[in-house]
Amino acid sequence: MSISDTSQLVAGRKRARAKGWAATIARFLVVMVTTYLGLLAVTFFIGRVVPIDPVLAVLGDRAPAHVVERVREEMGLNRPLYIQFYYYLRDALTGNFGISVLTTNPVMTDIRRVFPATMELATVGTLIGSLFGVPLGVLAAVKRGSIADQIVRVVGLIGYSVPIFWLALLSLLLFYAKLQWVAFPGRIDIVYEYSFTPVTGFYLLDSAWQGQWDVFIDVFRHIILPASLLGYFSLAYISRMTRSFMLNELSQEYIVAARAKGLSETRIIWGHALRNAAVPLVTVIALSYAGLLEGSVLTETVFSWPGLGLYITNSLQNADMNAVLGGTIVIGSVFIAINILSDLLYRTLDPRTRAR
Amino acid sequence: MSTAPSQSRREWLLSDRPQSRIQARLGRAYMTWLRFSSNRLAVLGLLIIIALVLIAIFADVLAPHDPVIGNLAGARLLPPGSPGYLLGTDDQGRDILSRLLHGSRLTLFVIVLVAIIAAPVGLLVGAVSGYVGGWVDAVLMRITDIFLAFPKLVLALAFVAALGPGIENAILAIAITSWPPYARIARAETLTVRNSDYIAAVRLMGASPFRIVLRHVMPMCMSSLIVRVTLDMAGIILTAAGLGFLGLGAQPPLPEWGAMIASGRRFILDQWWVATMPGIAILIVSLGFNLLGDGLRDALDPREAGQ
Repeated sequence: MSISDTSQLVAGRKRARAKGWAATIARFLVVMVTTYLGLLAVTFFIGRVVPIDPVLAVLGDRAPAHVVERVREEMGLNRPLYIQFYYYLRDALTGNFGISVLTTNPVMTDIRRVFPATMELATVGTLIGSLFGVPLGVLAAVKRGSIADQIVRVVGLIGYSVPIFWLALLSLLLFYAKLQWVAFPGRIDIVYEYSFTPVTGFYLLDSAWQGQWDVFIDVFRHIILPASLLGYFSLAYISRMTRSFMLNELSQEYIVAARAKGLSETRIIWGHALRNAAVPLVTVIALSYAGLLEGSVLTETVFSWPGLGLYITNSLQNADMNAVLGGTIVIGSVFIAINILSDLLYRTLDPRTRAR
Repeated sequence: MSTAPSQSRREWLLSDRPQSRIQARLGRAYMTWLRFSSNRLAVLGLLIIIALVLIAIFADVLAPHDPVIGNLAGARLLPPGSPGYLLGTDDQGRDILSRLLHGSRLTLFVIVLVAIIAAPVGLLVGAVSGYVGGWVDAVLMRITDIFLAFPKLVLALAFVAALGPGIENAILAIAITSWPPYARIARAETLTVRNSDYIAAVRLMGASPFRIVLRHVMPMCMSSLIVRVTLDMAGIILTAAGLGFLGLGAQPPLPEWGAMIASGRRFILDQWWVATMPGIAILIVSLGFNLLGDGLRDALDPREAGQ
């Protein structure tokens, strides 16, 4: 085979691969758009079709008939449903979720204010969950059937079975009230509330960046308990999946080959097996991050953590449907985005799944 | 008594050459039971669930006090171990043990109803999707994926917020968010049997597609579905308790465990037992379902037993 033949072959392969990539990306776009449309359709359905009457919800049931009629006209509720849905889509896509009855701000402004708190909590939680969950899963797989494996299994099972808000209450009782190891519920001490100006909304990063270490310690004392709780839940999931992936890898032939070559067990486990298990693990960790965003709803309520979860539950208690649906759409969108990103990442990292 | 003393009942069940259809069926069930009962944790899970059902049936007999009307004058916030009140009392002088025993009925009510609503919906969607194929499959699976991509708890919250709080609406909301995995499983199972010989034989005999799906495809999906539903029970219990905790599930004075934790929250610093006891009940029951589900998966689906 001459050099020009080879280069032609390579170019052809590149073209085919580019085509494959284009098809993959197009498919992902379709998935993303339809899923997002589905999310909006469901929230539209919840907001417009299910409740009693949005006009009465705004005016109360004692308003005179002509006022009801005028407001109905103004709210666009006389139009056919598909026209209403079109306007709903247009509003939602531009981030206009209406005004919150409770705070009187636009819902999007509120969400922008509270969302970083939830992100910070979920991020620290996922970090804790993976830092402990992955090694525990590896340990359980390597020492399969041992006491250590059983303990990891039981720890995971309890994580799957325990109500998070209950564990949060008990841990607050123990670590805050009795032992006084952690700070009062909330995100930051009232002393620092005015002297500290967050930039990104991630208080840990902001305080460290500005060199305010006393603030950093205070923020840390606030976040550590709720984040550990969320971390425990992702640990339960991550350790179980890590164990199963590692068992799968450790039974492969390349492990036997590595052993025959005389590599140390440490190197085989952490360098070879875990490296191959890492690809599906990335997906698992991404999904558990999405799960923590959702799990934060109950945790934030217990810890008075001023994030999206607390915002949604407060709005629920006050029948503030705009805020509830806006929060649902934002969490749902992040959920969908993480789902799709992790899928895409999986395809990029694992050459076997690439489009040919 | 059998005529041949050497053939015990166990051997009859494990026989390689069953003489009748009943013997074959019983033998298979016995094999499954042997696999299941060799897993001690799974048996523990089964015992927990049986205990839950028995407690729910006999709650009236077992409960020493009324679950709703307490002794406001003489028995408020008594600690566990007080005479007559094994687990203590709450702020309205109600016996916590009696409330927990009666609350098992609500827990059972929720999971049974969610299973009755969500499992058939998922089964039907998945079986039709897998059997018919083509654009029906594409559309149904796209809808399933859309629901699968939603955050379950948040969506359930939004549904209950719109429908109004209450245990029936909580059940509906949980059911709406939990059918998609069942549809996925049913479709996967259907795809594996769709082109098998026995389906072709039934089709040749002139069975309608409706009958094939209902009588010959759906039964094949049952064992995987039962495993999945059992494993999901714990999550359903936790979601229902979470809704109750937020005041969106069962309304007072119903002794729902999540709502009991919420009402005990105010006294957590001094009267810790009010919130602690219902949490232990939730933990035990959902642990029971997780253990049972793991055991069933290993027993019914030996392919995955190694995992």
